[in-house]
Amino acid sequence: MADIKARVKVPSTAAKGEIIEIKTMIAHDMESGQRKDKSGKVIPRQIINKFTCSLNGKEVFRSDWYTAVSANPYLSFFLRASESGTFDFAWHDDNGSIYKASAPITVS
Amino acid sequence: MRPLIAGAAMTAALLAHAAAHAAGADSAKYSAGDKRSGYLFSSPDTRAMQDDDFQNPGMAWVDEGARLWSKADGAAGKSCGSCHGDAASTMKGVAAAYPKFNNHLGKAIDLEQRINICRQRALQAKPFPAESRELLALTAYIKSQSRGLPMHVAVDGPAAPLFAEGRKAYEEPRGQNGMSCASCHGDEAGNRRLDTVSQGQSNGFPTYRLSWQTLGSVQRQFGNCLASMKAKPLAADSQEAIALELYVAARGNGLPVETPAVRK
Amino acid sequence: MSDRALGRAGLTRRQILIGTAGIGLMAMPRWVQATPAEAAAAIAKITGGAKPAAGRITLRLPQIAENGNSVQFAVAVDSPMSEADHVKSIHVIAEENPFPQVATFYLSPANGKAEVTMRMRLAKTQTVRAIAVMSNGSAYEAQQEVKVTIGGCGG
Repeated sequence: MADIKARVKVPSTAAKGEIIEIKTMIAHDMESGQRKDKSGKVIPRQIINKFTCSLNGKEVFRSDWYTAVSANPYLSFFLRASESGTFDFAWHDDNGSIYKASAPITVS
Repeated sequence: MRPLIAGAAMTAALLAHAAAHAAGADSAKYSAGDKRSGYLFSSPDTRAMQDDDFQNPGMAWVDEGARLWSKADGAAGKSCGSCHGDAASTMKGVAAAYPKFNNHLGKAIDLEQRINICRQRALQAKPFPAESRELLALTAYIKSQSRGLPMHVAVDGPAAPLFAEGRKAYEEPRGQNGMSCASCHGDEAGNRRLDTVSQGQSNGFPTYRLSWQTLGSVQRQFGNCLASMKAKPLAADSQEAIALELYVAARGNGLPVETPAVRK
Repeated sequence: MSDRALGRAGLTRRQILIGTAGIGLMAMPRWVQATPAEAAAAIAKITGGAKPAAGRITLRLPQIAENGNSVQFAVAVDSPMSEADHVKSIHVIAEENPFPQVATFYLSPANGKAEVTMRMRLAKTQTVRAIAVMSNGSAYEAQQEVKVTIGGCGG
């Protein structure tokens, strides 16, 4: 899965104190470890188990995911616009990989 | 088995109810004469997933297709864009006419084959394997340039014999149950077999199916249906498979391209 | 076996189609289901044994899911999200999934609004529960049954 691609949707500008919606999606099979292939062998679990969102290096939201999260996980949540800067998003894979995306915001 | 069937019947009834009450605008947009897109048989949640480009998981493949379009590959050092420029203008409407008879080759080809022919001839690159992420991504990207435009697959002239062959393949019973494509996706589509079944059109393919949890081609869908029918799979890219693909695409003529559609 | 794996293996389209038929037949997961008791134990752990109260939390789910692989849910908690009074965490539990925990969301006043939307897998018809733990340690719960159906062709 070297070609994992994440998508994020963040408003580029917001008024200070305004509540903004953040939408994220990442292409990932979220292999649950509960499926078998044709030969009857269990396909090993490989999911994204943690998602974090930081603003200017400080974590502002985190989520733990389990095997019931659908493939190609979609997540939306809210933040109160506090300061201009960069949002960094990170998806943590069972295999140790961390997939990243970022988005700028200008708060006035 | 009984609760499952009761559940399915209830779902069918409720979904039919939901479909009947789909907004008039949707109904007009996703219909052409008696033809009704599978979109109208989908639940409101599934429709909402397709409607919002951000929530539509198929758009991840479209994004990747956009990258592949302008990425040089192969000995010629070219990308798709080297010859075809900006896909938003050059590919608009193109995929709505596929599968299409190719005079040069003397046979009809589908969009996936067209892409791989370009890769081999112009890019001097290897063809993408069938059903690979890359081939699905480029196919979805190119077809999505025609989103909203009506399907218009030619069924006359040099395509006529293949169209007839495709219709025969669609209608003839096959497999242990003696069923045909038309048994489910025929005149009684909608509430067939205690389920909501589409009318057998491919205007939304490649489609993100919730049951697959990924994007898939119309030929993959044929494989699924044939397995359910306890029938032999079609040899991929065989004349019969392409004929069926052309016939199913033409069944959707007039309906808008929805790629990447989202279905259950 | 994912399509991608098939693609990488460089199989022909003929083999892919044959393989696809196999996938169709094995698509239904051989899941061992958890029991509501296990889910209750997980919830007790979340709330520290306290029984969550009703109210303040809303769980939006379809009554009927077309496919258990993707069921969208939204959880919203009525909270000012201030330093003094905010939601600390939201937990989503699917009682009869093989592993009941679906996802946990950690919130703070930085969120401004306690609402999350996501999509989950449901192995069968069951009750889904959402629990919010507040900054003062109190907990609230909402639950709803979702009917999961598999169509006549089994996907």
